[in-house]
Parts: sequence; C-alpha cells; structure tokens
Amino acid sequence: MTDDNPLLPFIDACRRNGLDPGPMDPATLAPASLLRVDVSQWLELAQAAKSAGLRWCAFWAGEYGTDMEAYSCMERAGAYLILRCRFGREQALPSLAPVFPSADRPERHARDLLGIVFKDQPDERRWTRHHAWKATEHPLRSDFHAQPPGPTPADHEYPFVTAHGPGIVEIPVGPVHAGVIEPGHFRFQAMGEIILNLEERLGYVHKGIEKAAVGRDANGLARLAGRISGDSTVAHGWAACQALERAAQIDVPRRALWLRAVLAERERVANHLGDIGAICNDAAFAFAQYQLTRLREDSLRENATVFGHRLLMDCVIPGGVAGDITADQARDMRNNAITLAAEVKQVIQILEDSESLEDRLMRTGRLAPELAAELGVIGFAGRASGQVYDVRADAPYAPYDQFEVRVPHYRAGDVAARAKVRSEEITVSLEMMARLLDSLPNGPCRTPWHAPAQACAGLGIVEGWRGEILSYVSLDEHGQVTRFFPRDPSWLIWPALELCVQGNIVPDFPLCNKSMNGSYSGHDL
Amino acid sequence: MLKLLNKIIRIGVITEPATPPAAAEMERLGIEVKRTLDRRFAGSLAIRHVDAGSCNGCELEIHALNNSYYDVERFGVHFVASPRHADCLLVTGPVSRNMEMALRRTYDACPEPKLVIASGDCACNGGEFGVSYASCGAVANVIPVDVRIAGCPPAPAQLLAALQYLLQSARAQHIPR
Repeated sequence: MTDDNPLLPFIDACRRNGLDPGPMDPATLAPASLLRVDVSQWLELAQAAKSAGLRWCAFWAGEYGTDMEAYSCMERAGAYLILRCRFGREQALPSLAPVFPSADRPERHARDLLGIVFKDQPDERRWTRHHAWKATEHPLRSDFHAQPPGPTPADHEYPFVTAHGPGIVEIPVGPVHAGVIEPGHFRFQAMGEIILNLEERLGYVHKGIEKAAVGRDANGLARLAGRISGDSTVAHGWAACQALERAAQIDVPRRALWLRAVLAERERVANHLGDIGAICNDAAFAFAQYQLTRLREDSLRENATVFGHRLLMDCVIPGGVAGDITADQARDMRNNAITLAAEVKQVIQILEDSESLEDRLMRTGRLAPELAAELGVIGFAGRASGQVYDVRADAPYAPYDQFEVRVPHYRAGDVAARAKVRSEEITVSLEMMARLLDSLPNGPCRTPWHAPAQACAGLGIVEGWRGEILSYVSLDEHGQVTRFFPRDPSWLIWPALELCVQGNIVPDFPLCNKSMNGSYSGHDL
Repeated sequence: MLKLLNKIIRIGVITEPATPPAAAEMERLGIEVKRTLDRRFAGSLAIRHVDAGSCNGCELEIHALNNSYYDVERFGVHFVASPRHADCLLVTGPVSRNMEMALRRTYDACPEPKLVIASGDCACNGGEFGVSYASCGAVANVIPVDVRIAGCPPAPAQLLAALQYLLQSARAQHIPR
C-alpha cells in the first residue's frame, strides 16, 4: 500500500481503535478493495470508515449456501472499499443505519426480501414489502417460489409518522399521481401551506428485478438491466455489463468503450433537457418546456436513426455495443452536438434572465451541504449541495480515463442550483461527445461473450445522469446469474427529498421533487 | 423578454401533420383494437395515465406526445389529473402486485366508457418481468383491456396513431336518427 492510498485514513482509524481488518483483496471485486470481515467487526469497521471520512454507497445481501452474506460498499477520493460478512441465518447482523443514515432503507429492503435479522435497526417497519408476501416469507431466498393466491390488498396500514395539533393537516398523495409520472405515496403534515414533514412510502413498482435476474445468461441480464429505470437504460446497461465483463475477465474493444460513452452522454443530455424544461413548467414557465422538449425530441430522433432506438435500449451488450456507426454518422453527430450546445446556451440564457423564474427556483427546496454529506447524496443533487463527486472524474473508467471531465458544482443546494448544475452538465456532455467522436478508435465494436469457467463475481461502477450507479453481479460455473444487485442513485436521493421540502410551501413540492428526480422504478426494483 | 419572443418567432410552428392510420396499417404499427369509442367521443378524449409498474421508459414517450412536434392536444386528446374526469385509462408497465389494488380502484373510479389502453410490451404481455411473486404480468390479468400497443416503449408516433385511429373510428360511426 502506497502513502497516497485514499483508504489509508481508514486503516489508521482501525489501528487507533484496536481493530485488525485483515488483508485487503484488490482483485476479487476490482476496482473495489474487498475486506472479509467477521460479524463481530461489522459495525466497528463501519464506524472506523465513517470517522475516516468514507462515503457510504450501498448495502446488499444474498444467500451463501446455507448461510447469508452481506456487503457494504464505501468510497473515499475515488477508492472503493467493500466489507463482506458471512453469517448464519439465525445470527443478527448489526445495523449500520445508526452510523450511516442512508443504510436504513437498503437494510429494510434486505430484511423484507431475505429475512435478515438486524440488531439495533432503528426502523422496525417494512419497506419494499407491502402485502404481496408475508413477513415470514422471503422472496429472494432460493427456496421461495410462491405467488400470491389472490388479489394483493392495498398497503393501507403502514404506520406513518403522525403529527397532532391545532391547524395541522395531513395530506396523503398517491400512489397514482396527477401527472404522467411513476407511482409512490407521499404523506405530508402541513400547517397551512407550510410543509412540516414529508414521509415517503415507496415500493409500489417493485417488480422483482433481483429475483428475475437469477438464472439469466449475460445477454438476458443486460436486457433486464436496461429496464431497471427506463430513463437510465444506457447507464444501468453499462454498469451491469461492466460487472459481467470484470467477472468473466473480458476485455472490451476500445471502439466499444468510446461508443458506450457517446451513448451515456446522449442519455445524460436528453434527460437533462427534458427535466430542466419540466422544472420550469412546474413554475408555469412553459417556454422552457416547449423549447427544451423540442431539442430533446431532435436528439431522440437522431438516436433512432443512428442507434436504432430512441431511448437507446439494448444498445449496450456484454462484450461491447450492439451496433457500429459509420464515419458519416460520427461526423454528423459531432456537428449536431456543437449546434445543440449553442442552442441550449441561448435558451438557458433566456431562463436566467427571467426574474419570475428565479423567484420560484432560488431558495426553494434547499438541501444544506452538511445534510447532503451526512446522507451521502450523489449525482447532480449532491453536486448542487457541495458534494463534488463524479465517477467519470474521480474514479474514471475507460474511456473517461483518457479525458478530463469538468464537474460543475454549487453549494446553494436549492432547486435553482440543481437546475444550474444540470444545464452546465449538458455543455460538458456535448463537448465530451465531440471529443469522443473526434477520437473514435478503429476496430471492432464488440468482442464475443464467453461464460467464465468457474463461479465468479464482478462490480460495475459508472456515472449515470442521475449519479453513481453500482452493479453487483455473481455468476455460477455455467455463466448464469446467481445474484444481481443494481444500486440506483435514487436510493441516496429519495431521503434527501424528505428533508429538502421541510419549511417549503406545499405548491412547491412538485418543483422540489422534479429537481431531485429520484427514480421510483430504480429504487423499488 | 425580447430574446424570448424572438426565439418563439424564429422557431415558428414545428408541429408535424399526422393523418390517422388506415386499418391495414395498424398491425405494422403493433396496435390491436378490440373496442372502439362511441361517436360521442369523436372530438375529445380525456386520458388518465396509470403507471402500474413500468420502468418509466413508457412515460418518457407519453410525455413526448405533448411536445411541439406531436402536439396531441390538437386532436382533442388531453391528459387529466383524476380517473373521475377520464374516458380512457392509458396503462403502462407490468402490473406490480403492489400496484394491483391501486389500478383496480382507478378503473372503478373511471366513468363509462372506461376504455383501457395497455401501452408497451410489459402492459401487453408482462415484458421482461412476466408473472412473479411481485408482478401480475399483463394489464389484462387485472382489468379488461380494449387496445394494445406493442413496443418497448411504443414511440410517440405509434401512440399518436393509435389515438387518432380511435377518434377517427368514433367519428365514422353512423349517427342514429
């Protein structure tokens, strides 16, 4: 270990606390360093990690023979650390939620789906489980094959936090919302128009993605990953394929990597365009909506022409990309990116000149940088609140290791800052697209997938438009998936929404929600 | 303000002409219609969208129906905020078990004719998710379906064609004396 290892403070913190974490394994789940830890050290190592300034990223678990195994992933300065703990089914795993608040829901998810018993978990309530299966049933266990015998009742008995007092009203919203959006339930307590508290109830679009992955081959998994969150089909597809390729030790041709990055940047630009328009529309500034959805449509049509799919589904496949592009297409795409950048700049300038828009967006839905750090908020939501982390710049994967990625960031943490980060990211992405297309390597755009000779596992880490995506895949000796856990950034964005709306007026909730833009499907799995 | 007006004027009207598809074309477009609208709905169709478990891909393309290129409202089609205001439910996704009751209740709340459009492969046949402990699969497994639109997700042009076909067939119906 060299002195500049970002995980060194963690090792020092372990020593100070008399902990011996054992040797780090840099290979098994590269690029992360893997620590095999005993259940008795699980909590203390997490505490040491927290004191050393590591950011909490993900928790997932699975069966390991007749035992269970749990993973906790953390990061510091682009270096990832994974704690892995194997323990008996009846043994209790100490909850990490008291150390890292964002671990709460992932742990409850694991309790609902695998029946893991947690010690000192601060929230006893179910999360992903509504009424489709019983508390005694655990759908992700390999011996579970049941289906509900009849219609599943509504989730009407969830014990929400309540508030009492004169003038306090409770506003239940959803799961079916008023607009064309995904389903989820929001429970507000408000005093007049002021929001005192918001509690989210998610899980409505839980469709069993982790279970549906089991037994699939690599191509089948990539198809499924592309449908975790339809707006991030490239990012999730790439993360899953990266995990598969690392597990099976397959080298992806350079041209394929460049094309994947082109696809990912196109996805980022299209989503940012649509969402900035929608945020402005929620503030009744329809001009932005019409102009930016026009530019988004132009971009999606180019996707359909060049890549065969408007949203770029199934373009990333294990071993590379599904289709190649011609030199003419590369040139046209490059020129269109430059034109688009100029037009976006013009529209954004008009938005920035609007005082009425500024009045609605500034100081609305403010997430303080300290809170964002405590919750480990990532992506544009984090970068608008001082959490400057972008996998492309801080833990670069090919081809981003060949380029410098500028990372726009602010500390204001309001709706305006989130919109501003996103508008600047459009420029960065379009410039990146031009550089990628200018330097597109020659050669094949995919290499044949071959199943590994023995059971193995891999970790994919990419920067989707919403933020960092982690994807864990394990394969058996036949190359079939035994466990798949995609950690969408939304797991870390939803808790931030609850806090950023406090003290705002109820009519500003759509602005706050749209500006955070957590994925329901990516979270509910 | 001048910049804004200048932009609006310079871009002009970009809405594209769209003619209703012929019946023969429907299969190519992946659209299957089992029940058409009554002629009373010929000029206007109020749609309530329900995401019953989709990945959100379908929603992105439904949003696109309202952009300036497609401008679905020019045909009298509008999206409403409550099923009680709707003539038609546009349902996406496989129906997750956790959304099953919400979908049934939305259907119950919708007045006649309660036309149900299952939009996208998941809504038509369960798609990648099928039937499982967490998913009821196709929309037809939960509520009656009148129109199916295939695709993952169906493109806005396809959605527009299906809606235009419905409105045209309503318009073409014989007016009873």
